[in-house]
Amino acid sequence: MSTMPTVPTATLTSRRSFLKGAVALGGLAAVPGLAACGSGASSSTTVSFGSNQSDPVPKKAYAAFVKDFEKKSGLSVSVNTVDHETFQNQINNYLQGTPDDVFTWFAGFRMNFFATKGLATPIDDVWKKIGGDFTPALKQSATADDGHQYFIPFDYYPWAVFYKKSLWQKNGYQVPKTFDEYIALAKQMQSDGLEPLGFADKQGWPAMGTFDILNMRLNGYDFHVSLMRGKESWTDKRVKNVFDTWRGTLPYHQQNALGRDWEESAQGMQQDKVGMMLIGMFIGQQFADNLDDLDFFAFPELDPSHGQDSLDAPTDGFMMSKSPRNEDGAKKFLTYLAGTRAEETYLKADASVIGANSNIDTSGYNSLQKKAVDLITSAKNTAQYMDRDTRPDFAQTVMIQALQTFIRNPKDVDGLTKQIEAQKQQIFGA
Amino acid sequence: MTVTTAAESATAERTPPRRKLRRFSGRDVLVLVLMVGLPLVLDVLLIWLPVVLSTIFSFTGWNGIGSIFDIEFIGGKNYHNIATLDPYFWPAVEHNLIWIGVFVVLATPFGILLAVMLDRNIKGTRFYQSAFFMPVVLSLALIGFMWQLIYAPDDGFLNNVLGLTKPGEAINWLGNPSINLYAILVAASWRQAGYIMILYLAGLKSFDPALREAAALDGAGEIATFRYVVFPAMKPINIVILVVTLIESLRAFDIAYITNGGRNGLELLSTLITTNIGSEASRIGYGSALAVILLVISLVPICTYLFQTFRREAR
Repeated sequence: MSTMPTVPTATLTSRRSFLKGAVALGGLAAVPGLAACGSGASSSTTVSFGSNQSDPVPKKAYAAFVKDFEKKSGLSVSVNTVDHETFQNQINNYLQGTPDDVFTWFAGFRMNFFATKGLATPIDDVWKKIGGDFTPALKQSATADDGHQYFIPFDYYPWAVFYKKSLWQKNGYQVPKTFDEYIALAKQMQSDGLEPLGFADKQGWPAMGTFDILNMRLNGYDFHVSLMRGKESWTDKRVKNVFDTWRGTLPYHQQNALGRDWEESAQGMQQDKVGMMLIGMFIGQQFADNLDDLDFFAFPELDPSHGQDSLDAPTDGFMMSKSPRNEDGAKKFLTYLAGTRAEETYLKADASVIGANSNIDTSGYNSLQKKAVDLITSAKNTAQYMDRDTRPDFAQTVMIQALQTFIRNPKDVDGLTKQIEAQKQQIFGA
Repeated sequence: MTVTTAAESATAERTPPRRKLRRFSGRDVLVLVLMVGLPLVLDVLLIWLPVVLSTIFSFTGWNGIGSIFDIEFIGGKNYHNIATLDPYFWPAVEHNLIWIGVFVVLATPFGILLAVMLDRNIKGTRFYQSAFFMPVVLSLALIGFMWQLIYAPDDGFLNNVLGLTKPGEAINWLGNPSINLYAILVAASWRQAGYIMILYLAGLKSFDPALREAAALDGAGEIATFRYVVFPAMKPINIVILVVTLIESLRAFDIAYITNGGRNGLELLSTLITTNIGSEASRIGYGSALAVILLVISLVPICTYLFQTFRREAR
């Protein structure tokens, strides 16, 4: 269903099975089913933990660090695992019902949304203990508008332009340093019979990554943030400039994008039909047998005043619900989750993300993960991705459709931006 | 789903046993309470309460957060926005109408044709029956998945069979909004035809063969027999099938939703409702207004059917 890149990468593989589950549950979607999932345990030795990591591998990794925490702290944790998409679709009902003490969620705007509604508890005292382990950017992503921290970052991954090393070596391609080189490379690939830029938007969310990066390269991170928060007009010439620049590169994008899932584009890259692709690091799942052959570079600069200073790096982590039954225990658990042991356990199971804690042991990282750390820590700003940086209703009912309209008919930018702005006012004004 | 249950419970309600009324024993009362009360409670709870709540919510701007008592009423603004501002509402109505058209004109008649053919006890009729009925048994999620394998632009079965594998010539079956609705309608019709076939076949099996023989003696050919004898005599089944077809078209959802979330040419009223209410967007008020519109549209065939049935009963 609404299928969002907010899915931690290891769970993406079974998107279709989620979809099936979601459809099966379709009739129940409006029922606050999750409310019943809250554990009834109220003893001071138990912490309840709502997890959306329903896929076997991450689920097992979660179970492993939960067990480690139980052993260390003497507390017991009751884990309620819910399918990722169901969790996300029902989050409103969940948090207003009887949520677990600690639950999995996303950094930035989406954290802020529930923090300002009073559906989460600030954890400034936890941050006093753990603050030194995280970059200022991560702390920022855990801080709500009221200046308090509500979130523990756990893992994240970068969006960048991925390519297959062996194909590039064979054809003698070089990583483009400027946008002109990028376009020249695309042209070269086209004359070599490749589709230069893998592109897929049947699922609705992958094209958001392209809009985001062009917007941040052309107009900067601050504009991205205020545009996503509804503070800028979509009819602004800066927005139109993003669409115009995008239109200029569309001839190099893979055709029929609206009929294709991103996994199919990745397979095209596997088969040496696609030259490169702007996508999240979860593309690694499609390269299970030849992950070494995968490499990436940061999207080239478009405006020297912004350089390559920003990128999308969606961050997953944990929050504490509004009135936890065991606040002390929950904070102990959150402190543990912020530490290195939990992350190191998890990273053994999922090689397509990197840990948020700066002090974790990275000796087990593969070359992609190492490069991702460099990329993210050298960036001045990390955005969360369009559908996490704006209101979910705006992302789901306006932007997915608008970007698909653009891909279908890239010429009418004036009409499109006018329509987005009208719908934006309806949603943000409500 | 609401609609069928409404029809069913309407049938259920008018069949209390008409015995001579004496005194009810305690057991009788208990049985009565259970038999009448339980369906009534379920009916009110699962059908009428949601209907009333949806209607109330449709006049609010509720986003699902906060107490129900703080809901702000905004009058008909949702309806106004739907009709004037929502770029996907009118396309969705159009797509639902196309869906009805294709089902009524193609899928259902095809199902009837299959039933008539299979009723003639041709060789291997059991096999054909199972084969045509199979898609009805499969979940729509699975059907959606299977047809995606057929329609995928790069590695899909259809494009490869047609030899259209080069980037410039591949047909974008699911991504091109002027053809993707018809592409999934093929998949939906594949299922619908099997469903109608079984319903109609059941009717045909109970059809009095004497009528058919009489028609044959009068010199009527196969087609004339069907047209003037079988089809008119099957009127009750025909009405059921028409209602089933309309309802299936109005509640069409799964295949469109599983294909691309019901966007980009596959907008249906049902997918718009889900996108607004069922997803994290949580626009309860707006989505409720869409649901009320779909309900009102659905009431037309339901009322027609009930009116027909009751009139027949009264006679």
